[in-house]
Amino acid sequence: MEQLLQQIINGISLGSIYALIALGYTMVYGIIKLINFAHSDVYMLGAYIGYFCMTKLNLGFLPSLIIAMILCTLVGVTIEKVAYKPLRNSTRIAVLITAIGVSLFIEYVTMAIAGPNVRSYPPMTGILAKNFDLGGINVTMQQLIILGTTIVLMILLQFIVKKTRIGKAMRAVSLDQDAAMLMGINVNTTISFTFALGSALAGAAGILVGIYYNSINPLMGMLPGLKAFVAAVFGGIGIIPGAMIGGYFIGIIEVLVSGYGNSMYRDGVVFAILILVLIIKPAGLLGKNIREKV
Amino acid sequence: MLEVKNLDVHFGVIHALKGVSLTVNDGDIVTLIGANGAGKTTTLRTISGLKKPTNGEILLDGKDITHTSAQDRVKMGISHVPEGRRVFPTMTVLENLELGAFLRRDKDEIAKDLKKVYELFPILADRRKQLAGTLSGGEQQMLAMGRALMSRPKILFLDEPSMGLAPLFVQEIFNIIKNINSTGTTILLVEQNAKMALQIADYAYVIETGSIVLSGTGKELMESEDIKKAYLGG
Repeated sequence: MEQLLQQIINGISLGSIYALIALGYTMVYGIIKLINFAHSDVYMLGAYIGYFCMTKLNLGFLPSLIIAMILCTLVGVTIEKVAYKPLRNSTRIAVLITAIGVSLFIEYVTMAIAGPNVRSYPPMTGILAKNFDLGGINVTMQQLIILGTTIVLMILLQFIVKKTRIGKAMRAVSLDQDAAMLMGINVNTTISFTFALGSALAGAAGILVGIYYNSINPLMGMLPGLKAFVAAVFGGIGIIPGAMIGGYFIGIIEVLVSGYGNSMYRDGVVFAILILVLIIKPAGLLGKNIREKV
Repeated sequence: MLEVKNLDVHFGVIHALKGVSLTVNDGDIVTLIGANGAGKTTTLRTISGLKKPTNGEILLDGKDITHTSAQDRVKMGISHVPEGRRVFPTMTVLENLELGAFLRRDKDEIAKDLKKVYELFPILADRRKQLAGTLSGGEQQMLAMGRALMSRPKILFLDEPSMGLAPLFVQEIFNIIKNINSTGTTILLVEQNAKMALQIADYAYVIETGSIVLSGTGKELMESEDIKKAYLGG
């Protein structure tokens, strides 16, 4: 029992990171129906920016997090402007191939600049290195930071999407682009804003994974990116709460498979889940088709 | 109010509008009737900025708006109820109406207009917390019209407001259109239901395969033999 709880706590930490990445996939898909393959590389950049802030600038966690989020926002918006916006009226496959190109571009430019080697985040010190023992279950301060940061960001995101003007515009554009234009909504601004939000969350996920697993490298985004994508599909792609649930689900499953089964299978199980979802409920856990009435 | 001059629109190689010209005077109900695929919807979509013309001019109150964005045209007083209503299905009725006032910042006036819309369509007030996708077709039409009114338009475009509605609803929708017009909103109405449209129209245009072939007051066209044969069923 204790071991199970311990695994679930570890799974929640990993799931938080998947959930943060999955939100970016799902929001961008919701608004322009694009699987933004470069998204996982924005996450990687977040980890590198965090690393740079913490080791070279000697900043603390919070300022590093904020800088990583801001810079990733800029990167995300730039990617959209430079690579995707000129293709707004092209076929979806053209944009998808471009996304893969952007992804490779970012990975190898990072490799050229920062080197291909694995880098280590500085060890946590002081209060950040604390461990809590809750009756045999070990919770680290890092895990609390990950969960706390994720919850705050998710609440913030929900507020932006549900209550603000631009959030309402995002929902309107994702539902019906033409109708949104007829309301006077600027579709281009709204799409840029969506990339900005998603990229900020990916940046946060990058630095969180850095403090959790310590090691980062230029290709670190690939597998977590794919798994976060599975999480988004699991929850129902385009649906924000779905990405959150999917992220935690995939994170917990992965940790349980490594803990109780064989850690060699953990990636396989995640993709097996993707296949099952696509067979049994292709619209995802929260996805449903509201049929249009005439 | 609105003047369209020699509008040409292409979809790839298809020449959808061939030199369409029409005028809508202040305070009038003007209707554009024609068969399926004649170019009615394309005309409206081009005037409201969703489709770019290849040629021609669009003037609103004498000002050339041909190259402005759809967003700016909403600001200048054009509001468009698209074909098939296009309400936001997973948003509530109230959220849909609020989006209609997206470009406005005058909160008090928006609240007043919301009240007016609820007076015009009492059913929307009852359903304000319901998701728009769960409304009936007629209710969705009312919501789409209410939403369009929330921008406080000078001119309202209605694209096939009676499509797919029960006859009782059709009559009601047309009464409401007259009602909206009587409060000072100019209306450009596209309809396949030519009879109903001509009855309420001050002026009417007939479009066939992308060209205006006939125009006149609603009454004149109702009495025209050609129109009777082609659009009014004998």
